[in-house]
Amino acid sequence: MLGKALTGGKKYWMWVILLGAVILAGFASYLLQLKFGLGITGMGRNVSWGLYISNFTFFVGVAASAVMVVLPYYLHNYKEFGKITVFGEFLAVSAVVMTILFIFVDLGQPARVLNIIRYPSPKSVLFWDMIVLNIYLLLNLVIGWQTLNAERKSEPQPAWIKPLVILSIPWAISIHTVTAFIYSGLSARPFWLTAILAPRFLASAFASGPAILILLCFIVKKFARFDAGREVIRKIAQIIAYAMVINIFLSLVEIFTVFYSNIPEHSLYVRLLLFGINGHLLLSPWMWVSVVLGWVSAILLVNPQTRKNDTILMATCIAIIISIWIEKGLGLVVSGFIPSPLGEITRYIPTTHEIAITAGIYGVGILVLTVLIKIAIAVKKEAES
Amino acid sequence: MDRRQFLKIAGFSIAGFILDPSLDIRPKGLFANTAKQKITSYIRKWGMAINLDACAKKPGCRACIDACNIVHNVPGLGSPKEEVKWIWKSPYPTVFPEHIHIINREEIKNLPVMVLCNHCDNPPCVKVCPTKATWKREDGIVMMDYHRCIGCRYCMAACPYGARSFNWFDPRLFLKTVYQDFPTRTKGVVEKCNFCEERLIRGLLPACVEVCKENALIFGDLAAIDSDVRKILKQRHSIVRKPHLGTEPKVFYIL
Repeated sequence: MLGKALTGGKKYWMWVILLGAVILAGFASYLLQLKFGLGITGMGRNVSWGLYISNFTFFVGVAASAVMVVLPYYLHNYKEFGKITVFGEFLAVSAVVMTILFIFVDLGQPARVLNIIRYPSPKSVLFWDMIVLNIYLLLNLVIGWQTLNAERKSEPQPAWIKPLVILSIPWAISIHTVTAFIYSGLSARPFWLTAILAPRFLASAFASGPAILILLCFIVKKFARFDAGREVIRKIAQIIAYAMVINIFLSLVEIFTVFYSNIPEHSLYVRLLLFGINGHLLLSPWMWVSVVLGWVSAILLVNPQTRKNDTILMATCIAIIISIWIEKGLGLVVSGFIPSPLGEITRYIPTTHEIAITAGIYGVGILVLTVLIKIAIAVKKEAES
Repeated sequence: MDRRQFLKIAGFSIAGFILDPSLDIRPKGLFANTAKQKITSYIRKWGMAINLDACAKKPGCRACIDACNIVHNVPGLGSPKEEVKWIWKSPYPTVFPEHIHIINREEIKNLPVMVLCNHCDNPPCVKVCPTKATWKREDGIVMMDYHRCIGCRYCMAACPYGARSFNWFDPRLFLKTVYQDFPTRTKGVVEKCNFCEERLIRGLLPACVEVCKENALIFGDLAAIDSDVRKILKQRHSIVRKPHLGTEPKVFYIL
């Protein structure tokens, strides 16, 4: 089936070349980082995780959200989703590939990455994150590929695939839960030290991931003339509406505890994040963009009239992705480090190299997704005719 | 040898390196040995007391910092963003946010306080390390293996005391002279204060303690009743940083 990725029109090849160029630019910057060290990024002693780990966290969520199309299809027998479960699984594959790359480029000694396997440390959450992410990648690759293969031959799926699909459902929850535990178990960072971090991660993931999936459906409809169908998009939009409302509720719950208890150690971070300190706004303008976009899109999604309008839905999906990207990345990872344990307020600004490397990884992810979706559509069209 | 055979042998050799610990090619230096060595039949518990009044007598003094930097090849980057710090000063309110109140003595309110790795009994940094590059010895010293660290910086996120530094650049470029008795580090690894374990094993005091003319730093075995550090902690009131986190620091501050 891989051969299907090698036949395409002019537009397809232009797109692949463009992605290739972005990847190469990112790779060039990575070589520089490898030579001079992570000092060429905007990170430093106080804010020691930045754009890479932010994107890692966001895309773990995107990967986990595949469960939102897999679960209704397999557990509730919601047949409509059968058309796009494979899209969900392939989106998960490309997202996990990106998360692994983001971790990799963040390492100071990438040549030693196998030390994680050579000296396994079950007490470290990173060890478990490595395990769950890799197995999740494998699960989705196998399930997606096998589903497509069966579709191509117009055969029912082999029996051994069903247990894997069932396993992939709790596994999706686990990848984002374990990722939340990376943060929520640290006594050093009061901002992250909250038990609702994992539920919050899941709620925001189940909004942002399906939002990407809807956009993907629209893109595929326009460029590959493959229609997932109105009903499918409507249903996903509903799922996003629920997830977004729960996400906002959970942030408000967090804000209540932090401000009503008024423990300086906890409230300072949120105050800094939302309002800045001594006139230094740091991340707060970004945060308010995220809050406003989040609220507006939640309202537009809850209202059936606006939810059912394709143009508004597309805009809403983009708004949600931006809102949650800011919230998870800048608003969660970076702000957990500000102030530092010794009270220093540090401004973190990613450098050009850092942004280029990040863009390069996006390029890899989108390329993987493009190739997989292209194959999927070719197979589906063949099976239909 | 055909291509297939070559790949087979190559594959097995790589797998062998990964799986067989006896083929470990990391240099077996100071740390690998001392980690397992028991110095005496009973287990020591190294600890330090810092007398804030003694520090206050000599504002601007940085003898301990300089001594530490020299004997450990701590690079001087001159930029706070990428700085590597083993022992340094921070104002009292930032070190003890839970001990600020209106009745604080004037001389303490803005006193620069020496801070370093606390060599905790329950070190959060050790728990999170995915490669066991950082670990706690029986005598309480929290150690760092510069050859095993992959540079993920999870320990930096986990340390409640900001005591860990990362080598954002090649530190050797920022060393004017290299002190031969201690290794330099490479870029991309985390480092920290080691209570001068390389000196303790030779029966010497930590460099910062030895150089301090004011006797502001008192070091010794917390497990020995007659040690200097136990004696002074018994006589005077002391506090530790962030006791509510349960990390059980082994650096005490005498008020």
